Amino acid sequence: MSESDKKKPNRRDFILTATTAAGAVGVGAAAWPLIDQMNPDASVKALASTEVDISGVEPGQSITVLWRGKPVFIKRRTKAEIDSARSVDLKDLKHPEKDEDRAKDPEWLVMLGVCTHLGCVPLTDKGDYNAWFCPCHGSHYDTSGRIRKGPAPTNMEVPKYVFINSSTIKIG
Amino acid sequence: MSDHDYQPSSKLGKWFNDRLPLLTLSNHLQEYPTPKNLNYWWTFGGILTFCLITQIVTGIILGMHYIAHADLAFESVEHIMRDVNYGWLIRYVHANGASMFFLAVYIHIFRSLYYGSYKSPREVIWIIGMIIYFLMMATAFMGYVLPWGQMSFWGATVITNLFSAIPFIGESVTNWLWGGYSVDNPTLTRFFSLHYLLPFLILGLVILHIWALHVPGNNNPIGIDIKKPSKDTVPFHPYIVIKDLFALLLFLIVFAFFVFYSPNILGHADNYIEADPLVTPAHIVPEWYLLPFYAILRSVPDKLLGVIAMFASIFVLVILPWLDTSKVRSAIFRPIYKQFYWFLVADVLILGYMGAMPAEGTYLIIARVATVYYFLHFLVILPVLGRKEKTLDIPLSITEPVLGGYPNQATTKNNQNIKEKL
Repeated sequence: MSESDKKKPNRRDFILTATTAAGAVGVGAAAWPLIDQMNPDASVKALASTEVDISGVEPGQSITVLWRGKPVFIKRRTKAEIDSARSVDLKDLKHPEKDEDRAKDPEWLVMLGVCTHLGCVPLTDKGDYNAWFCPCHGSHYDTSGRIRKGPAPTNMEVPKYVFINSSTIKIG
Repeated sequence: MSDHDYQPSSKLGKWFNDRLPLLTLSNHLQEYPTPKNLNYWWTFGGILTFCLITQIVTGIILGMHYIAHADLAFESVEHIMRDVNYGWLIRYVHANGASMFFLAVYIHIFRSLYYGSYKSPREVIWIIGMIIYFLMMATAFMGYVLPWGQMSFWGATVITNLFSAIPFIGESVTNWLWGGYSVDNPTLTRFFSLHYLLPFLILGLVILHIWALHVPGNNNPIGIDIKKPSKDTVPFHPYIVIKDLFALLLFLIVFAFFVFYSPNILGHADNYIEADPLVTPAHIVPEWYLLPFYAILRSVPDKLLGVIAMFASIFVLVILPWLDTSKVRSAIFRPIYKQFYWFLVADVLILGYMGAMPAEGTYLIIARVATVYYFLHFLVILPVLGRKEKTLDIPLSITEPVLGGYPNQATTKNNQNIKEKL
């Protein structure tokens, strides 16, 4: 084989590359359904939102509902709890977030009851801030569900939710 | 085989290969000398491997979504069809894949029958193949029960009742198979478990099948022993690999046609009705690939003898290497056998058709004649033919007839010499 032959791709090289490329696309296309089948299916997606009746919740009380297989805390906060959440200096927070941004209606705090450390469910009205405390590895959350002490990296997540009327919340 | 002197080029490769000779194996698979005259009927081994892997992969996936419970199975299959992402595709590939698997295995078996691949020294390959075939039928049958439709339920009832034909202990055996007094939830859960297990046994047997094949090497259309490696062989890679891949591509077109254009044509509409132990469908037939055996079963008017005939029809295949007494392998050189071969093909097709028809009147008579002929072929015609048939002259090598005309009388061995030698 001479020098010029080596540099210039010949017909065989073209056929080999084209075949390999077409084969790779084909295998990829065939493999995708085999992978995608493990993603949430239509029946799971159909359960993506939950409506909750909150008419029976008194100030200071908290209820836990299931949404997408996870607990959601719906806390009706007292005046003292709201004040303590709003008076915190953002500089003191590990994950700075204003309480105003976390609770649209200051009386109602809606958040995923899942510790952001490793996914346990924190206990209500416990811990240094008398709010939430995760028993697994000792994360303390304040009355806004923000991480204050312990290994959890971020505040408890606030899901998408709307007040359909004064007594019903739709989560998701 | 000249594998033992293989040395990996890299140091790491050598280090690893000295501890586990996987590279020697892969080198063997690449260089494996293959007869250069293999035709497209020889590509079905590769196609079957593909079918098995496809069934295992899609099956494992279906197992992630399917629920093996009499109350939930049917609904979970509908859930797969409607809710699971691409669930319809995966289920249709699995269901039609079973049919494609059997289509390929029948071509593979009949190729072996035509070219005498089951004969010495390849009897063990053949017997392992027959065990695989038998396990395939068991696996397919149990898989068909899992959707828990009407055909599933009544197919399971009929097939498990075959065992009730066993004298004295028949009833205990069927109750043991069912885990109760009828086909019910315990039957379904054990069928699911076994349906999951058997394909892996088949996979193990396929490895043994290929291992046993690589000892004498491939048979070939001429059916003669060849020197390996020689002018009569080509390395497996790339020659056979590319040819197998091309054949697989053509096979996939047929496969895809069924999956995308007529996914239910090989099934039965009744299986989209949930299992009902109180009502049997008016016309109950097994899947197409079991029909010839079903025809044999029904053509015998006695319950026990019918079951025996059905199992015997598979068993005669197992002992085929000793029933066919001819030393000449390929039908190309056996003019009489060639005709009987095509009679057998027609006979099996007729049996299949009769299996799908009601067992009455003319159908039943034809099925009985075909059943008798089936056994006649293996038990009488083949043993006698091997001794009486005057076979044609056989070329000495694969290359020789190509170069010197077909067959070159000057260089052929005399039949008589071959028979004496063997």
